[in-house]
Amino acid sequence: MKLRALAGALAVTTALAAPAFAKDDLVIGVAQFAPSLNPNIDPTVIKSYVLDFAIRPMTAFDKDWKLTCLLCTSLPTVDNGGAKLETLKDGSKGIAVTYTLKPDLKWSDGTPVTTKDLAFTWKLGTDPKSGFSNNHPWDRAKSMDVVDDHTAVLHVSPIVTDYNQWDQLLPAHIEAKAAEGKEPGDYLKATLYNRAPTTVGLWNGPYVVSGYDSGSQIVFTPNPAWAGAKPYFKRIVIKTIENTAALSANLLSGDIDLAPGDAPALTIDQVIALQAQNPDKFSYIFKPSLTYEHIDLKIENPALQDLRVRQALLYAIDRDTMVKRLFNGMQPVAATWVNPLDPNYTKDTATYSYQPDKAKQLLAAAGWKPGTDGICRNDKGDRLSFEFATTAGNKLRELQEQVLQSQWKVACVETVIKNEPARTLFGETTKKRSFTGLVMYGWSSAVGESPRKTQFSDQIPTAANNFGGANYIGLNDPKVDADIIAAEAELEPAKQKPIWAEMQKIYAEQVRVLPLFFRAEPYVVPKWLKGFTPTGHGDYSPLWVENWSAE
Amino acid sequence: MTKFILRRCLQALLVLFVMSFVIYALIGLMPGDPLDLMIQSNPGATPEVVARLRAIYGLDQPLYLRYLHWLWDALRGDLGFSRTHSQPVLEVLIPALWTTCKLMLISFVLSVILAMVLGIVAALKPGGWIDGLISLGAFAGISVPVFWLALMMILVFAVRLHWLPASGIANVGDGSLLDHTRHLIMPVVTLALANTGGFTRFVRASMIETLRMDHIRTARAKGNGEGRVVLVHALRNALIPVVTVMALSFGTLFSGALLTETMFAQPGMGKMIYDSILSNDFNLALSGLLFATLVTLVSNLFADIAYGWLDPRISL
Repeated sequence: MKLRALAGALAVTTALAAPAFAKDDLVIGVAQFAPSLNPNIDPTVIKSYVLDFAIRPMTAFDKDWKLTCLLCTSLPTVDNGGAKLETLKDGSKGIAVTYTLKPDLKWSDGTPVTTKDLAFTWKLGTDPKSGFSNNHPWDRAKSMDVVDDHTAVLHVSPIVTDYNQWDQLLPAHIEAKAAEGKEPGDYLKATLYNRAPTTVGLWNGPYVVSGYDSGSQIVFTPNPAWAGAKPYFKRIVIKTIENTAALSANLLSGDIDLAPGDAPALTIDQVIALQAQNPDKFSYIFKPSLTYEHIDLKIENPALQDLRVRQALLYAIDRDTMVKRLFNGMQPVAATWVNPLDPNYTKDTATYSYQPDKAKQLLAAAGWKPGTDGICRNDKGDRLSFEFATTAGNKLRELQEQVLQSQWKVACVETVIKNEPARTLFGETTKKRSFTGLVMYGWSSAVGESPRKTQFSDQIPTAANNFGGANYIGLNDPKVDADIIAAEAELEPAKQKPIWAEMQKIYAEQVRVLPLFFRAEPYVVPKWLKGFTPTGHGDYSPLWVENWSAE
Repeated sequence: MTKFILRRCLQALLVLFVMSFVIYALIGLMPGDPLDLMIQSNPGATPEVVARLRAIYGLDQPLYLRYLHWLWDALRGDLGFSRTHSQPVLEVLIPALWTTCKLMLISFVLSVILAMVLGIVAALKPGGWIDGLISLGAFAGISVPVFWLALMMILVFAVRLHWLPASGIANVGDGSLLDHTRHLIMPVVTLALANTGGFTRFVRASMIETLRMDHIRTARAKGNGEGRVVLVHALRNALIPVVTVMALSFGTLFSGALLTETMFAQPGMGKMIYDSILSNDFNLALSGLLFATLVTLVSNLFADIAYGWLDPRISL
């Protein structure tokens, strides 16, 4: 009887045991789900990541941060004649950009991708009722001429440096019906990308969405109409596990193969810990990215109006050691908001290495002398004390905050931690500029993106602009404004560089912001995965998924 | 009885109406704007684009007006459109509800059965070693954090033993009953263990009290066997307070299993409501919370009806 029970238990165990995992499947674990898939509506990091498996943008930056054509035959530039300066009928200056679509491009139902799709997408993108909110707005082109099925000219005005960067096209033969609505927002409700993402024909990349379990997982299978290199994996599954401790356990159990750094997944400290515990189980990649971790200063604060105090704050903190201790040195210390990998980066800016004595000297020169409690006071007896806010519950930021707080204390600066949930911090405190001292957060930008949103004077959030800008530091410097305008209008990269260098120089000298570091994207990659290359910017690794294979 | 049920249904409608307004107002009072996250992550989100989107989503209207629009549509059976999912609310709600129903019903039934058995056994000899052991287990169930229990189960049964899948609802391309069952085992057991402790304590306490009553002594004096005395004469009376607790727990299970759903990647109601509140998806959050309220009201109604069955002296 006992033997029979044991045999029964063994049989049940065998039946319940996980099946052996075949390498023609790749399971990717992420911590967020993409609740909708229209590429032009409400773009988020997770949505862009997911879409990159199945639909290609016109252009993208590659792993070397060079702009390349994905849907077109060659990248139109002023240098190669693909883009030409012009004067529009209303007398304004513009630029005519000619695109020739690759001849073998097809939607997943076999319909060729043509300029009809480009015209459809452009028309929909310029219609304010459509609800588009993509990264490279289509309304930058004021008109469009279709030359033939594969060639079209976009007339961009005013002149912008990203004139040749465009997002995904939509299939006119499928989405036209959804675009028929007359009321604002009708397209949002009708688009098949959101209503029925497994519809054949919505996709033009190496994979198509073949399964979509809301909140749980998205399944990709090879696109039969894809004319490029044949993708290796027969199935790619993007599985959502919001709790990152559980995500980590899923990696160890083999339920997921890959935790990407370019999508929301494990945090850098979790990957460092995983690497320490399982050094040989996976490959670990830490790719510096465009996410710029920094501290905004409230310039209206009387103490912070003094440049010497702002400089002292930067001299008083040991960013190199902090990065080494907390992140195994994986996150490069920042001098300004421009990443060293960005083509417009300059190293000729003021730098502020850890010099606590110099910080004290600067404070003394500014009239701040240490009191009996170690905190500086001025002649009026005011304490040198600032409120210091960041996103509550973000373990890493809270840890950084403690390190910084103790280092500033050594330099006689008191910081009072006043953290808030992300929703309050970004929804009220930074948006309405109600912080009084220091606020620490991260900011992501695109390669070569103009700093207009964060530094131009008309982007200071106010009631007048409906708190729409992101110039939270309240920077209002005519020289910076002029540089931004000049940088946005200058099309020659060689001439752009000195303008950008000037902007970075001013940024570093004025110390309106305390630069910390560029966040590194932490990847946990199975050792058998080949051809996988992170980019570090907003055009994510799956845009080259056809290069991935299993050894 | 019919009059009682009708009266309770009318009360439930009134509660739902009041709750809808309160929930809508509370979500509206939360700091930030639904489009803030988009502004953060999208370089193309200029103030003009944001203003246009606010108008499209109706966010430029005062809160009371948005609520009235929602209410008017809801009365006609349209719960609105989920902004984050870009789908009608019902299309998002129903799959989440199905996932939750499976998880909750199985774990609820399992925990009730376990609690009944353990509670009765413990009550038979209060203070004995069996009672001590069961009480210890019950307190452990109450005290152990669900996320820790879930993580330990994943580490033991998925990472170490490889017996069960660590997360999800089914393997891609499988979806058989066995596959679904394998995926349900750990979340169901986690939830059941978390609930069983509390239920067991209630059953035990109620049974101990009932077993001391006069009618039990009479039943024993009449020569009834101990089994009949406990299961027929005592249990029915002991269940009255227990039913109230279970009915209330049942309602909260529908919205409160957030941790279990998050740990095991089960896309259920708890996670859906939480995400929709965080992303200011008014229509979805409101519908989800109202549904949880409705389940609580209905389960309480059933509890009231059950009182009448359990104790004929109670008049409805």
